Amino acid sequence: MAQLAAPDTVRRISGVDDSPTSRAVVPLVGARELVHAAGLLTSRRKSIWAWTRVAGDAMDLASLGMAIAHRGGRRRRRLVAVTGAVVGITVVDLLTAVQATRTKAVRGSREGGFMELTATTTIRKPPPTVYAFWRDLGNLPTFMAHLEEIRTTGDRTSHWSAGAPFGKNVEWDAEIVDEAPGEKIAWRSTGNADVPNAGTVRFGPAPDGVSTEVHVVLSYDIPGGAVGKAVARYFGEEPHQQLDDDLRRLKQVLETGEVVRSEGAPWGKRARKEFPQRPAQPLSDSEFAKGAQA
Amino acid sequence: MRANTWAGRNKVKVRDVPDPRILNERDAIVRITSTAICGSDLHLVDGYVPTMQDGDVMGHEFMGEVIEVGRSVDPDRLRVGDRVVVPFPIACGVCGACAAELYSCCENSNPNAGIAEKMFGHPVAGIFGYSHLTGGFAGGQAQYARVPFADVGPLKIESELTDEQVLFLSDILPTGYMGAEMCDIQSTDVVAVWGAGPVGQFAMDSARMLGAAKVIAIDKEPYRLQMAERAGHTPVNFEEVDVRSRLLELTGGRGPDKCIDAVGMESSHGSAPIHAYDRVKQAVRSETERPHALRQAIMSCRSGGIVSVIGVYGGFLDKFPAGAWMNRALTLRTGQCHVQRYMEPLLRRIERGDIDPTRVITHTLPLDQAERGFEIFKNKQDNCEKVVLKP
Repeated sequence: MAQLAAPDTVRRISGVDDSPTSRAVVPLVGARELVHAAGLLTSRRKSIWAWTRVAGDAMDLASLGMAIAHRGGRRRRRLVAVTGAVVGITVVDLLTAVQATRTKAVRGSREGGFMELTATTTIRKPPPTVYAFWRDLGNLPTFMAHLEEIRTTGDRTSHWSAGAPFGKNVEWDAEIVDEAPGEKIAWRSTGNADVPNAGTVRFGPAPDGVSTEVHVVLSYDIPGGAVGKAVARYFGEEPHQQLDDDLRRLKQVLETGEVVRSEGAPWGKRARKEFPQRPAQPLSDSEFAKGAQA
Repeated sequence: MRANTWAGRNKVKVRDVPDPRILNERDAIVRITSTAICGSDLHLVDGYVPTMQDGDVMGHEFMGEVIEVGRSVDPDRLRVGDRVVVPFPIACGVCGACAAELYSCCENSNPNAGIAEKMFGHPVAGIFGYSHLTGGFAGGQAQYARVPFADVGPLKIESELTDEQVLFLSDILPTGYMGAEMCDIQSTDVVAVWGAGPVGQFAMDSARMLGAAKVIAIDKEPYRLQMAERAGHTPVNFEEVDVRSRLLELTGGRGPDKCIDAVGMESSHGSAPIHAYDRVKQAVRSETERPHALRQAIMSCRSGGIVSVIGVYGGFLDKFPAGAWMNRALTLRTGQCHVQRYMEPLLRRIERGDIDPTRVITHTLPLDQAERGFEIFKNKQDNCEKVVLKP
C-alpha cells in the first residue's frame, strides 16, 4: 500500500531514489502486490496465487540485484538491507506456496469419495475397428497404465487386476451392462470390489469420414482407509492426465502398431509419471533389460 | 560410442555413451557419416527451452548408413546398407496430422505429449536431440542414432551427391524453403528476410527460386550480409541503418510484400530499451522470447502482406503488435518445418542445380571438436556460418 500511497518515501528508504526508472517501477510493484492479495483472499485455488507471489518476489529480487550493481555508499547499504528483507519474504511465500500445493494434493486421499473422469481422442481408423479392439478386453492393458490383466470369464463378464502402482494388487469382477456394436460399451464392477467402478466408452464417426471419435467416462467410488489411500496415490494429482495418456497410447497402438518409446522415456506404458525421466541417450544394458519387460 | 551431449547451461561435452539399440519394431539404427550444428541447438544450449537434462545427446541434422532395422520396418522402403538423410521431425505417417502432411505436428511420435500439451495446448511431434518436451529422443551428433518410424521419414540417396550436398535436407534447407513457400510469392514481390544465418540464406535463395523480384537480407554481421550479397540479395545492416526506413526506401514506401522471420526467440536488436525490457523478462523467466525480429517484420510489412515465421519460438512473448497485424490485414503463417513433405522435391532441385546447399558451410570439424564448433558458431567467431561435424 505504501508503494502506492507514498512512492517517494519508499524510494528514499530503499535507496533507489536516484533513478528515473524507479519512479515508474515502485508504484507498479505496489499495484501488483494488491493483485496477489485480492487473488489470495477471493480465490478458491489459493496455492496458485501463492505461487504468483513467489514469482513476484523473484522479479523484485532481480530488479534489486540490478539496482545494487549500479549503486554505492549509503544507497547501496539501504538497498542491501531491503534485499535482505525481500529474501525473507520470499522464503515465507515459498513455504506457504509449497504448503498450499501439498494440502490440495493430499486432501482427496484422506476423504475418499466419488471420482469421475472423462477423456476423448480421435483415431484414424473406422469405428468398427476401434470398437472391436476395445471389445476384446484383453487389449486394454496394452495401453492403460494401471491395468495388469483382464481375463474374459464369459460373454459379458471378466476379471480385472491392477498391479504394482496401487502398492498392492487390486482385483475385481466386471460385467458389460450395455453395448451397441460399433458404437458403445458400458461396464461396471460386480460383487465386493475394493474400488467399485464403472465406465462407458462411445465410438462415433468423425467428420472426416475415416476417423473415430472415442469418448470415455470412468467413475470410481474411492473408499477411505488404506485401499483408498493407495488408489489416490496411484492417481496422483492429475488423474485426468493419466486417462489422457492412456488414450494417447490407444491411438498409437491402433494407428502405428506400437507404443512409441524414446531414450528419455523408454518404458512404454509404464512411464506413468512424465517428469522424472532419464537423459536422452542410448540405454545401458541394465536399463535396456528393464525396458524390455515393460 | 562418442556423442555430443548437453552438460548444463551454455555447456556441451563430447562423452562416451552406450550404443543405441532397437526399442520399437519400426526403428532403424543409422551409422552417422555427417551431422551439423543448427541455430536452434543454441536455444537448447542457452537453457531457454525447458526440459533439457545433463547427458542428453544433441543434434537433429544428420545422415548416414542404415546398419540395422527393426522387425516391422517395411523392406520396400528401407534396408540395411541404404544411405539416408534423416528428417528432424519424427513422424508416424498415419495419424491425422501426417495425413494432412503436417509432419512436425505428428500426433503419435512424442512420448512426452502430455508435457508438450501443457506448454503448447496440443502436443507436437518428437524431434531428435531437442529436449524432453519433444520426446526425449537421443540426437544425431554422435556416431550412431536410433531412428523411429524409419520407413516413413528417412530419404534414400541413390545418386553420387556428396554428404554436404544433401545433409541439409534434414532441416535447414526445407525450413528455409517452407519460409518462402508460405509467402505465396508472386513475380512482383519484394521479400525481406530477417536473419542471414543458414536458414535465412536458404529462405532467400528459395524466395528467389520461387520468382521474387527482389530479396532483402537483414542482419548485423557483415560476413553474413556479404554472403547474402554474393548470392544476389540486397543487404541491410540493422546496426548501421534504421530497418523500417531502409525497407520503405527500398520498396517505394510500400514496405516489403512478404516478410520472413528466420531469427526466432533470441533476436538481438538495435533498440537498447526494448532489448533491456525483453532481456530482463527473459532472465526472470516471465517471458521466453525476445521477439524483436517478429515485431519489426509485422510493423514493416506492407498492408495485406504475409509474415512467415520459421525462427524458433518456445513459449510466450510480449508486446506483440496485434494492432498492426489486425488493422493492416496481415497474414501470419508459421510452423516447424514439415520436412518429409519437401525432401524429395528439394533433392530433385539439388540434382538439377537450382540450389546449392553447400554455399553456407564455413567449417568442417571432427565430432570430437563439437564443443569448439558450438563455441565459434554461437559467438560468430572466424566468420562461422555453418558447422558440419564428421563422426
